[in-house]
Amino acid sequence: MVVNKPDLTVAIGDWQLANPIMTASGTFGYGAEFADFVNLNRLGAIVVKGVSVKPRIGNPPPRIVETACGMLNAIGLENPGIDKFLTEKMPQLQNFTCGVVVNILGDSLEEYCTLAERLKETAIAAIEVNISCPNVKKGGVAFGTDARMVYEVTRCVRERSNKPIIMKLSPNVTDIAAMAAAAEEGGASAVSLINTLLGMAIDIRTRRPKLANKVGGLSGPAIKPIALRMVWQVAQRVKVPVIGIGGISTVEDVVEFLLAGATAIQIGTANLINPGVAEELVDGLENYLLENKIAAVKELINGLLA
Amino acid sequence: MTMHAKAKHQLQGEIREISCRDEYCRMTIAAPAICHVAAAGQFVMVKPAADKSNDPLFRRPFSLHQVVDGLLTIIFKIVGRGTRNLAKMQAGEVLDVVGPLGKGFQLSSEPRHYLVGGGMGIAPLHLLAESINRQNPQSEIIALLGARTARELDAFADLQDLRFLRVELATDDGTAGHHGLVIDLLERAVAAGGRGAVYSCGPWPMMKAVALYCRAKQLPCQVSLETVMACGVGACLGCAVSGADVAGDGYLHVCKDGPVFEAGKIWL
Repeated sequence: MVVNKPDLTVAIGDWQLANPIMTASGTFGYGAEFADFVNLNRLGAIVVKGVSVKPRIGNPPPRIVETACGMLNAIGLENPGIDKFLTEKMPQLQNFTCGVVVNILGDSLEEYCTLAERLKETAIAAIEVNISCPNVKKGGVAFGTDARMVYEVTRCVRERSNKPIIMKLSPNVTDIAAMAAAAEEGGASAVSLINTLLGMAIDIRTRRPKLANKVGGLSGPAIKPIALRMVWQVAQRVKVPVIGIGGISTVEDVVEFLLAGATAIQIGTANLINPGVAEELVDGLENYLLENKIAAVKELINGLLA
Repeated sequence: MTMHAKAKHQLQGEIREISCRDEYCRMTIAAPAICHVAAAGQFVMVKPAADKSNDPLFRRPFSLHQVVDGLLTIIFKIVGRGTRNLAKMQAGEVLDVVGPLGKGFQLSSEPRHYLVGGGMGIAPLHLLAESINRQNPQSEIIALLGARTARELDAFADLQDLRFLRVELATDDGTAGHHGLVIDLLERAVAAGGRGAVYSCGPWPMMKAVALYCRAKQLPCQVSLETVMACGVGACLGCAVSGADVAGDGYLHVCKDGPVFEAGKIWL
């Protein structure tokens, strides 16, 4: 008997992915850092470290803390800036046949729009817009926590770019589905969630925060149930594809997010712990489908039973 | 970066030997692919292969103490849950090992080499001494080792067996060698023996003193730094240290730019 290989492909608008496994921004460098551990071309896509208009040196150390089943980070968006990114990082990214998603971040609406435009001539698969931490120039309201600003940023980036636009949402809000709806209304091709949850750790010996930045973003297996709940809520609310992120490290985690309504998923902190995990999960997902006689991964998406 | 032969590996390494005395442990792991490309000053990150608990989450980084015939040896002190779990492991059990990581020591062409180690920072100096000797068997190599007590220095007794190495000791409590700081030994050794290349690994105050002394004496100096680390491959940017010119250069990353740096490149 011929055993057919299951169909792992998924689509985000017109963008066809070989499989739903992506790597999350800030946990996979520019891909090359993992080339010894993972065949990058087997991944659905890689999302590179967030890039800003001007270079950023990032926050002072200590920048990371290990917590129960998770980690806190306050890296501070260290990156070489768009000019250096385009001349030094982009050429090597073009060697990969998997989709390349560039994550962008700005301090102002204009910066997001400028970045979208600067990426027009590149061969990237999509832009992911990080609206999780930066502050608006005027008023100082965080972009990602105000539905109106989410809409404004999305619309501007949409108008100035010819690529699929993924809006990366912050979980540090009362109603994440409202943010997703605002992104959809602004013309987003997809939403990705969740970014890290704001957290803190204190050294009781010195009575000081363990992070130089005092607070930081919590990630890792500890946040998975929250991420899964938010993905499920957002998938009920919007029609655009949802990309699930948050503590994913096993095939079971991947399947849970797909069932909750995610079209694709991103591996984040797990890459830091097990550099080979992304490719392992592509294999693992294929085996899962084979073992359970599921012909296509699409059958799992939104497959949650009442 | 162009396509290249693998410089780093992730493998399942069987523990061949493990022995702990007090809180100091020595572990030898079968890791041929890593040993094949490893250099002095580089490190590996390990996690018990069977531990899927995610708690503790991170791998733990250890510098390479010895690399012989596909076996690598690490020496560590039990300081927290991660190292306690490793100390409980037994020969035959398997570690998930990633390495070799980072940039190791640059072997100087100077005829004389001073290896200055403090506490667990002594660990990488064994492989370094062997590498210097292999490059030039005529080299004069002097190890100046400091620790809190003689007990701590016992973990590194094997350095005394290297016939090409001259070893001098210092302890905080006077239980072995000079009763005082290892920097005293360096100053004395240079005054008596003359200029040489300096390599240092240990607590930051010790390395800072060594680096400042070398700067004053204009001796070439490399320091091997230790920080909290998550990925070890330059992706998370968590292991930042201040460059010599923070405003201009920003931060350096211990896992990728180091762990070994020219002392002049970092903020003292």
